[in-house]
Amino acid sequence: MDRREFIKISGVAAIGAATKTKPGKDSESAKGGMEYRINPTNGDKVSLLGYGCMRWPMIDKDGGQVIDQEAVNELVDYAMAHGINYFDTSPAYLQGQSEKAAGIALAKYPRSSYFLATKLSNFRISDKEASIALYRDSLKQLNTDYFDYYLLHNIGRNMESFKARYIDNGILDFVKAEREAGHIRNLGFSFHGIKEMFDHFLQMHDSGEVHWDFCQIQMNYKDWTHADPSRNVNADYLYEELDKREIPIVIMEPLLGGRLASVPDGIAKQMKEREPDRSVASWAFRFCGSYPRVLCILSGMSAMDPLLDNLETFSDFKPLNEEELDFLERMAKWMEEYPLVNCNYCNYCMPCPWGVDIPGILRHYNESVATGLYPQTAAQKDYKKLKRAFLVSYDRAMESIRQADHCIGCKECLQHCPQSINIPDELQRINHYVERLKQDTL
Amino acid sequence: MLKKIRIVLGVLFFAGITLMLLDFTGTLHLWLGWMAKIQLLPAIMALNVAVIAALIIFTLLFGRIYCSVICPLGVFQDGVAHLSVKSKRRRKNNKPYGWSKEKKWLRYIVWVIFVAAIIIGVQALVALLAPYSAWGRIVQNLFQPIYIWVNNLLAAIAERANSYAFYNREVWMRSLPTFIIAAVTLVAIVILAWRGGRTYCNTICPVGTTLSFFSRFAMFRPVIDTEKCINCKICEHHCKASCINIDEHKIDYSRCVDCFNCLEDCKMGAMKYRFAWKRDSSASLGMTDDSSAGKAAEGKAGQTTSGGSKNGRRAFLTGAALAAGSIALKAQEKKTDGGFAMLLDKQVPEREVPLTPPGSKSVKDFYKRCTACQLCVAECPNNVLRPSASLEHLMQPEMSFEKGWCRPECTRCSELCPTGAIGRITREQKTRYQVGLASVNRELCVAEKGTECGNCARHCPAGAIEMVPIEGGELKHPVVNEALCTSCGACENLCPVRPLSAITVNGRHNHIKE
Repeated sequence: MDRREFIKISGVAAIGAATKTKPGKDSESAKGGMEYRINPTNGDKVSLLGYGCMRWPMIDKDGGQVIDQEAVNELVDYAMAHGINYFDTSPAYLQGQSEKAAGIALAKYPRSSYFLATKLSNFRISDKEASIALYRDSLKQLNTDYFDYYLLHNIGRNMESFKARYIDNGILDFVKAEREAGHIRNLGFSFHGIKEMFDHFLQMHDSGEVHWDFCQIQMNYKDWTHADPSRNVNADYLYEELDKREIPIVIMEPLLGGRLASVPDGIAKQMKEREPDRSVASWAFRFCGSYPRVLCILSGMSAMDPLLDNLETFSDFKPLNEEELDFLERMAKWMEEYPLVNCNYCNYCMPCPWGVDIPGILRHYNESVATGLYPQTAAQKDYKKLKRAFLVSYDRAMESIRQADHCIGCKECLQHCPQSINIPDELQRINHYVERLKQDTL
Repeated sequence: MLKKIRIVLGVLFFAGITLMLLDFTGTLHLWLGWMAKIQLLPAIMALNVAVIAALIIFTLLFGRIYCSVICPLGVFQDGVAHLSVKSKRRRKNNKPYGWSKEKKWLRYIVWVIFVAAIIIGVQALVALLAPYSAWGRIVQNLFQPIYIWVNNLLAAIAERANSYAFYNREVWMRSLPTFIIAAVTLVAIVILAWRGGRTYCNTICPVGTTLSFFSRFAMFRPVIDTEKCINCKICEHHCKASCINIDEHKIDYSRCVDCFNCLEDCKMGAMKYRFAWKRDSSASLGMTDDSSAGKAAEGKAGQTTSGGSKNGRRAFLTGAALAAGSIALKAQEKKTDGGFAMLLDKQVPEREVPLTPPGSKSVKDFYKRCTACQLCVAECPNNVLRPSASLEHLMQPEMSFEKGWCRPECTRCSELCPTGAIGRITREQKTRYQVGLASVNRELCVAEKGTECGNCARHCPAGAIEMVPIEGGELKHPVVNEALCTSCGACENLCPVRPLSAITVNGRHNHIKE
């Protein structure tokens, strides 16, 4: 099966979205409202655009940061009013405040009017008691007695940690029992890592050890066939394997943390030539939505503007045709030539014990490369201007004590990065670049 | 006409020097650096014979025009006096000033103390009295912060507009004693100028006194034509220097700063600036204890001791604390994403020998020549230079690495130092200076506590730091190759240990590598 066949079916799946057991906002899809997909197992009518609760705005307060609850309420209200009914959070997100904020924002809506997804983020301490406490705390924070979708969080990079977190401590059995008891309606996992581990999880499914009701994978036109093989698995493989087993798929990182919303200039130009009125980001969402096994595409909309843009993309949703898919494939290939770091700014690596702003540094670097404010040699024409732009924006992006020269290489962050980026290497590479700029030895 | 030329030139010099003291971008001194270098005291410190000779000859020819044009503190006082006269005029019948006798006694005592201070090397006293140093510390301490705040406002606007025209600069208290002295200096100067015009210049300023030795015999000077003079005393009452005595038709040329106000004031054309070597100068003699100026001088001397508090020893917690949610879980059970680790501010380590910038030949030579004008402190882009708080070198700069390190590509302080205390060096020459030496405090080093680090070695631009295995372990800790160290402070600044770094730089007495 190749992707072209999926496209053909996708239309059918969209039309098949007639039955509904769970009331979403009774949709305006007929008049071009939100696109919905039906979970074939239980009939859940899920909005194709899901709200990722990982990137909500934070404000400084009392020397720390807290979620801007007012802004979140406004975003959630608008999302609910426009048909989004899937909310994905985790006890780890946003310094541990995401679940509570989601709970507050959703409190005024009937529990049956939206789907809640959260995760067992037992990274630090994974013994049974602590893990169960984390599970129960999620129920409390979200002010509910059941989860619609519950995920084993971020597994797949190595067997030891998977075993320690879910098998040896009996937690997999615990969540299975919770599913039996009706507290978990759909059990799944979010995957980052290597092929062997993914195969292992599917083998568990095939052998009947655990039935996965759904699976959350990183999928976008870059990772479709251009994932870094040493760190991640191409999304086409993941998709096909899940599709074979008819396991509904939730998509994370459709935009690669925003990197596919601000692509290198030449690529953006080509997209605009084809779709002058559509945003660059819309291409990435339409890519994911073109595959019928996809139940929901998560987007961590941090403000009203991306929310509005996404709502436009997902209203009157148009899957990509074959030619357009080929176009994106070419663009993905082109993108590989830029020295970008595969960081999606998920903040899992933070806080760095030495105070370094890891995602801030990588984001600044990636954005500079993508927008071309990135001198490559002292001999080039605009060198002085580009140098100033890079260094001034670097200082604007973060305090000097949080810059890359303060990374001591302790490797504490490595175990947390879902993209398996060698963070100390990247930071030292960036710092070396900064030094060469400052010393004019580029 | 002469007055107008004087005002225009004075304003140009004043603006140039002041802007240079405000500037932090390393551009203005390339154009205006000479304005600092022709100041008398820096020229003397730099043993700049050409400038000294030129200034003396110029003063012998034309009088103390230096004080009205080149000296920024002189021009500043003129400005204050001008405002004062404007406001007084309404009330005081147009007689803001009047003739007073030269306070020779006070003048010469201050001058002798000043010269003695230079010879013995009590530079704090020199800096306290010298006009250029005073203006330098006033601008750097009191006005530059405002300048930078405005810049930061523009930077914030530029950031919104996606422009890189302005960038943010940190405003921080480099030295509390120096700040206080600068504030008191400003207040004292403003009061003196407001009440008496050029009181400071005529009774305290050692540079003014030095020039007065020559201006007494100036070739060109204002002369009263007694034939035409009708003794209206308008000139006398308008003379900021209080040096016109109409009753005797004499002018004290030791105090006259050639402001040329009297030329314009005299409606009878009795006042002429002309060649006058045939005539006798009429410096009036006599001591007096009318000592408003004396009191002011005492007040200033008192300031020296007024700010002895320790510099920069704070340990604020910075960075965001992990926000504590209202969760029942023990904090450690929940790994949460995002936020910043708390970082303590770096502390200044004890340095037995102070660190002075590359380009200074030795600690001794540096502190002997430096007039504490704060030009280098105002300019330092890496926040390394700050005025010393030690009594011995009060207000004179020293280096420290809490906020940055002395970067290899930067030679700005050496380019602009008007006294030669920091000799002019190139990037390449900079590597031949060793103003200090790094050393490791093993007890503090994170490697001893089991963390892989090596940040000091990684960032040492001279490659002077090597990581060697700790005995009986796999981890490595740093050692310093003395021969290669350029004492830039990268290691100290980037050491992850806080508040005191595990690797610190101590000064050396002599700075040039063999």
